[in-house]
Amino acid sequence: MSITTTDTKRRAATGALTVRDLTVSFPTATGSVDVVSHLDLDLEPGSALGIVGESGSGKSLTSLAMMGLLPPKATRTGTVTLGTEDLTSMSEAQLRRIRGDRVAMIFQDPLSSLNPYYTVGAQIEEAYRSHRRGVTRRKAHQVAVEAMERVHIKDAARRADHYPHQFSGGMRQRVMIAMALATEPELLIADEPTTALDVTVQAQILALLQEIRRETGTSLILITHDLAVVSEVTDHIVVMRSGVCVERGPVEAIFSDPQHHYTQRLFDAVPRIDDEIGDLRSLSPTGDHR
Amino acid sequence: MTITHTELELEGAAEAAPGGATHADAPPTEVPSSARVLRSLRHDAGAVLSASYVGMVVLMAVFAPLIVKVSGWSPYEFDQSAIDPNLGGVPLGDWGGMSSEHWFGVEPGSGRDIFARIVYGARVSMTIALAATALTTVLGVTFGLLAGYFRGKADHAISRVMDFLMAFPALIFMIAVLSALPAGNRSMLLVVIISVFGWPYLARIVRGQAMSLARREFVEAAQASGASGVSVVFREILPNLRSTIIVMVTLSVPGYIGTEAGLSFLGVGVVPPEPSWGQMIASSVTWYSVVPTYFAIPGLFLFLLVLSFTVLGDRLRAVIDTGEAR
Amino acid sequence: MPRYLAGRVAAMAGVLLLVCLFTYAVFFLLSPDPAVQICGKNCTPDRIDQIRENLGLDRPFWTQFLTFLGGLFAGRTYGVGPNAVQCAAPCLGYSFQSSQSVTDMIVQRLPVSATVAIGAAVLWLLVGVISGLVGAVKEGTWVDRTLTGLTLGGLSIPNYVLALVLQYVLVVQLQWLPFPQAVPFGEDPGRWFLNFVMPWIVLAVGYAAAYTRLTRANVIDTLQENFLRTARAKGLAPRLVWRRHALRPALTPVVTVFGMDFAGLLGGALITETVFGLNGVGKMAADSIAKNDQPVIMGVTLLAAFFVVVGNVVVDVVYTFIDPRVRVAA
Repeated sequence: MSITTTDTKRRAATGALTVRDLTVSFPTATGSVDVVSHLDLDLEPGSALGIVGESGSGKSLTSLAMMGLLPPKATRTGTVTLGTEDLTSMSEAQLRRIRGDRVAMIFQDPLSSLNPYYTVGAQIEEAYRSHRRGVTRRKAHQVAVEAMERVHIKDAARRADHYPHQFSGGMRQRVMIAMALATEPELLIADEPTTALDVTVQAQILALLQEIRRETGTSLILITHDLAVVSEVTDHIVVMRSGVCVERGPVEAIFSDPQHHYTQRLFDAVPRIDDEIGDLRSLSPTGDHR
Repeated sequence: MTITHTELELEGAAEAAPGGATHADAPPTEVPSSARVLRSLRHDAGAVLSASYVGMVVLMAVFAPLIVKVSGWSPYEFDQSAIDPNLGGVPLGDWGGMSSEHWFGVEPGSGRDIFARIVYGARVSMTIALAATALTTVLGVTFGLLAGYFRGKADHAISRVMDFLMAFPALIFMIAVLSALPAGNRSMLLVVIISVFGWPYLARIVRGQAMSLARREFVEAAQASGASGVSVVFREILPNLRSTIIVMVTLSVPGYIGTEAGLSFLGVGVVPPEPSWGQMIASSVTWYSVVPTYFAIPGLFLFLLVLSFTVLGDRLRAVIDTGEAR
Repeated sequence: MPRYLAGRVAAMAGVLLLVCLFTYAVFFLLSPDPAVQICGKNCTPDRIDQIRENLGLDRPFWTQFLTFLGGLFAGRTYGVGPNAVQCAAPCLGYSFQSSQSVTDMIVQRLPVSATVAIGAAVLWLLVGVISGLVGAVKEGTWVDRTLTGLTLGGLSIPNYVLALVLQYVLVVQLQWLPFPQAVPFGEDPGRWFLNFVMPWIVLAVGYAAAYTRLTRANVIDTLQENFLRTARAKGLAPRLVWRRHALRPALTPVVTVFGMDFAGLLGGALITETVFGLNGVGKMAADSIAKNDQPVIMGVTLLAAFFVVVGNVVVDVVYTFIDPRVRVAA
């Protein structure tokens, strides 16, 4: 690796995120609807937070809101603080400097998230060169290849000249991670990174994320609906439902003794090998079980 | 084949381009009922105006003989009193001879009533366009379905035929063939020839959608339960293409109207004394600087008719694609 | 890649052969006896038979067709004796009415048709793509809605009607343009240029409308793509996002459509040329149809089909270069 591990750890020590009273709303025909409602989050430097919830709980929008990537129709209130800087009061130009540099995101579907017209190497270089002044193409290419090696893509030098459609799903996600890591971010936000992947590949990607955290001390926010994924990788979790946080706490505590009935239902929904085969339980809109 | 682009050809071409982003990539999954479609269209000014205009033209076409009785002159009568023989047959009076007798004026040179010829021209335009559309739809949907669902040899053969027909410089060919054939049965001939060159554009789109539908689970289920190929095609796939077909059909009508008018303009379409808007425009060319109404009136009717169908098709597609009434 | 190309060329040749055969057969069946035409007035049945024999018109269909095909590649001689005419390769036929080989006639008129096609193409590409971009960026605003209305109008107006309207308004009423008149480029470049302005506009309008809609739809769709979101999440400068991640994917399909459209025009824009009296291939075709000059009609038909088929292959090949997903070799 071309940079020292201590360097990274020191920089990542500032990867602390604080979110206060985050609310995201969309206008509809019947008035404004809150899709995220008064959300508070705390992320310690170097730790990993899981945001768990079913589809429509507002978890993905939370990450977009933090990065200032909401669609134009949405309105956002509340504060998001990275280290000591308030992201919500920044101009778009200032935010652009932070996106992809101090905070990086990876998304659910790596095939559609990569531009099919450019090589993966070019796309990684592009991320790097946007945030480093006066970098030559060769240097950027070198960084791209190293990033790909770091995520264990074999034959990285050759494969950097390949196009996204020439990679398998798992490899593509590694490429996305490489792209995110190229600039050594303080914080990595992963939005459903394994949902589109096979279970075996899923395990590899999660292991990779853990390895990266260990080596670089980057903070991680992992957004998913899959409890198994969250239990492997995160320290704390926040359970969201309809835009509201219904429970939060250390992952072991939540898993061993979920307090809120929605969280309990979530756990119940995961089939276990020693479960009795009983009635199908489902969630009514108010969260009570039938 | 049409003389200029229609939405139909454009969609097909863009879809055929690998990776092209078009609406026709997959059939709409959520198809609103016809009641909802109609309801949302009713609030759309463009759709309402277009539908009204089309309705008016259809009524004109259907009731042509009656209308002409009311207006006074038949399309074949010559009124020598309305034109000035000393000036080469220029219509007397302003605006091309418009008067209470001749509501749209008279044709220079012959003195025929323009209003009556417009009304009867509507017949020609609508009949030929609708007949061509019907024939094209039958051919296009059938071959598109067969090629898209059965793939293999059938697809190969049909696609080659489609490539061949689309590569043809249809306009030249149509004109040449039509001019070489005797004048009888012109309308039917026009319909057949236009359809022969027109069906591949619809078939191409239907084929693409049939191919993606054929991979879906409900088709698999039908096949697993023993349904025959033909039955699957007509019971499972065709109903899902209903909205696509309706939109495409609406969008091909303006192309055929334009084609018939264009062929008539070139003198190989509907022959006189049978009136056709295209033909009237052709005759107006020599008079355009002196009697602009002679080209403006049929031109306007033609333009508005093509526009109305295009707008209708466009609005229909917008409503169906969004899957909801806006 | 070479194998792919060879395959396409072979398929192309096949289609062309079929077009050739089909056209030849249809004209063979429909055309009036050329011998009668050539003979002219004061004809005797003996004379007609003589001509038929000289020109090989009494031979069976397949022989005649093969002779025609041969002429395409190697040239041929029509007739025998002192009145024989040479038709150099590629011999698309010989027009007895004009005493010229069809190929020569076409070559003489191709520059005019090419000028019409190229000028219109530049116009419609610029107007169409730029309007489409504007419409996409300003989606939903009054600008966009006006553009949509205009495109619907542009798609709907038949070009001969537009030609008449333009001529009436621009030439007769406003007198901004002179009456169209054929002027060679060398004699008066300014006048030459002005002559083409209306034909360019008339021809371009329909295409520009179509391209505006296509570009607009493509850009709007591309802006929704996930990789746009990734590009923004990477903090790329807006200009970079726009150029590399929005325009490139959105405009690439337009290339295919353009290739096909342009190829189609090289066979001559029949109506536009006729209406404006431009002496191009299209007008020649129209005139020949009126005069029943069968060899010319056939020659032009074949030429137009040739351009379309070749254009198809060229577009496909170009596409393999610009879209990595389509490339055959890794």
